[in-house]
Amino acid sequence: MRRWNTGYYIREGVAGIFTHGLMSFASVCIIIACLIIMGSFILLAVNVDALIEKFEKDNVVLAFIGDALSEQEARALESRIESLPNVEYATFISRDEAFKSFVEGYQDKSIFENLDASILRHRYAVYLRDISQTEQTQRDLLAIDGIVKVNANLTIARGFVTVRNIVSVVTIVLVSILLIVSLFIMSNTIKLATYDRRDEIAIMKMVGATNGFIRWPFVFQGFILGLVGAFSAYIAQWVIYTLVSNFILRSYSFGMVIVLIPFSQVALPLFFIFSAVGFGVGVCGSALAIKNYLRV
Amino acid sequence: MVQFIDVFKVYENGTKALKGVSFKLDTGEFAFLVGPSGSGKSTIIKLITGEVAPTDGTVIVNGYNVGNMKLSKMPYLRRSLGVIFQDFRLIKKKNVYDNVAFAMYAIGASSKEVRKRVPYVLQLVGLEDKAKVFPDELSGGEQQRVAIARALVNNPSLIIADEPTGNLDPVRSLEIIMLLNKINELGTTVLVVTHEKALVDAFSRRVIAIDNGKIIGDGLDRYKI
Repeated sequence: MRRWNTGYYIREGVAGIFTHGLMSFASVCIIIACLIIMGSFILLAVNVDALIEKFEKDNVVLAFIGDALSEQEARALESRIESLPNVEYATFISRDEAFKSFVEGYQDKSIFENLDASILRHRYAVYLRDISQTEQTQRDLLAIDGIVKVNANLTIARGFVTVRNIVSVVTIVLVSILLIVSLFIMSNTIKLATYDRRDEIAIMKMVGATNGFIRWPFVFQGFILGLVGAFSAYIAQWVIYTLVSNFILRSYSFGMVIVLIPFSQVALPLFFIFSAVGFGVGVCGSALAIKNYLRV
Repeated sequence: MVQFIDVFKVYENGTKALKGVSFKLDTGEFAFLVGPSGSGKSTIIKLITGEVAPTDGTVIVNGYNVGNMKLSKMPYLRRSLGVIFQDFRLIKKKNVYDNVAFAMYAIGASSKEVRKRVPYVLQLVGLEDKAKVFPDELSGGEQQRVAIARALVNNPSLIIADEPTGNLDPVRSLEIIMLLNKINELGTTVLVVTHEKALVDAFSRRVIAIDNGKIIGDGLDRYKI
C-alpha cells in the first residue's frame, strides 16, 4: 500500500469542484469580487502616486543669478548646483531666453516694445529629487555665491507631500482591511462548501483515512478555485481598467490634467499579487475550513 | 480480538451509558449484541471504533488499547475494522464502484490494487452488475450490500454491523445477516448490533445481551429481552 496517491488527490479535488458546483461557483465569485476591489484600490494608489510624481517633476525651483556675474560665469555654476544632494538636474536659462519666453506668453507684444532682456536675470531651472526637501535645497542654493534669489513654491511642495502621505496610508490601510475581509469571506465560503461534505469526511474517518488523506483533495480543490478566481479577476481587472482609463482620457476635463499609467506597466506585479492572494486564500481557506471536521 | 474489561462510560451530560461492562470476542467469532434502545449498544460500538474513550476500564480492539490511543493512531485501528451502519452512509454522488473504491484509496491503495480488489468484493456481495449505479437508484437491501462491500474491501479482521437491518424488510434483513454469516465463515470476526428478536432467533449464534449499561446475558441463547 502506498501512502501518497497524487493522482487520486487531483482526481478527487477536480471532481469535488464539479460535484459541488454551486459552492465552487460561489467561492470563485467571491474571490473575483474581493480581488477586483483590492486590485482597484492598488491601481488607484499607483495612479495617484504617478500623478503626484508628475506634478512634482513639473514643480521647478528657479535660482536667479546676480547681475554681477557674466553669462559665462553664471553658466559655470551649473556643476555646483547639480552637486547638491537633492538636485536631479539644473537647466541654465539666459536672460535673453527668459525674456523671449516671457514675451511669448503674452498676446499683446506691444507692451514689451521699450524693454529688453537686461531687465531680467540669468537663472537656473532646478529639478529636485525629493520635493519634501525643498526648503533645505532652497537654503543650499542661496549659499552658493552668485545666486541671489530662489523661487520655490513651498506651499505646493508641502501640499504634494501631504497628499502623497495620505494616499499611501489610506491605501495600506484599505488594502490590509480588504485582504483580511477577503480571507474571512473566502474562508467562510469554503467552510460552507466543506460543511456540505461533512458526511463524506465522517465516512472517510470511519474507514481509516488519515487527516492528510482527507485534507489533500480539499486543499487541491481550494488551490484550483483560488487560481481560477485569481486569473478571472485579473482578466476582469484588465478589461475594467482599460475601459475606465479610456473613458477618463477621452473626457476633456480630466484628460487634460490626468495621465494614467498603462495597464501593461503594472500587469506583471498585479498578476503576481492576484496569483499569490488567490493561491494563499484558496489553499489556506480550505485547509482551515476542514480542520474542525478532522478532530474525530 | 475485542476485549472489554470492567468498562464504564459517562458522557459529559452525566449520562451513565456503561456500568462495568466486560466481554471478550475471539477471532473468527460471530456474535449478536442485543438490547433495547438506550441500553448502551451504540456506546459499545463507539468505543470499539474509537469515537469515544472509556471513562474507566480497558477496551482492547485488534491489539489497540482504545483508551490510551493518540488521535494520530486512530486511522490504523479503524483500518482493521469494517463498520456497517443502519443508514448505509454511502456517498450519494459516487457510484457503487467508487463508494467501495474510495475506502481503499483512503488507506493508500494504488489504482491497480483497487481495480483488482473492488470487482471481487462486489461479486462477493452480489452487486457485480451494479458497479456504475448510484446509491439512490438502488433498493435498501442493495445499498446495505454496498456498505458491506465497502466494509469488506480492506480485508478487516473485524466487522461491526450497527443495526444493519433497521431500514430493511424481513426478507432483505435475513439476506443481509446470511451474507454476514458467509463473511464470518470466510474467517472474519463479526459483531452484529440489533434489537430484532426474530432475526437473532433465526440463527444459532452467540448473543450478548445488554440492558441499562450492564451485560445481562452472554451465550448461545435466544433473544430474551
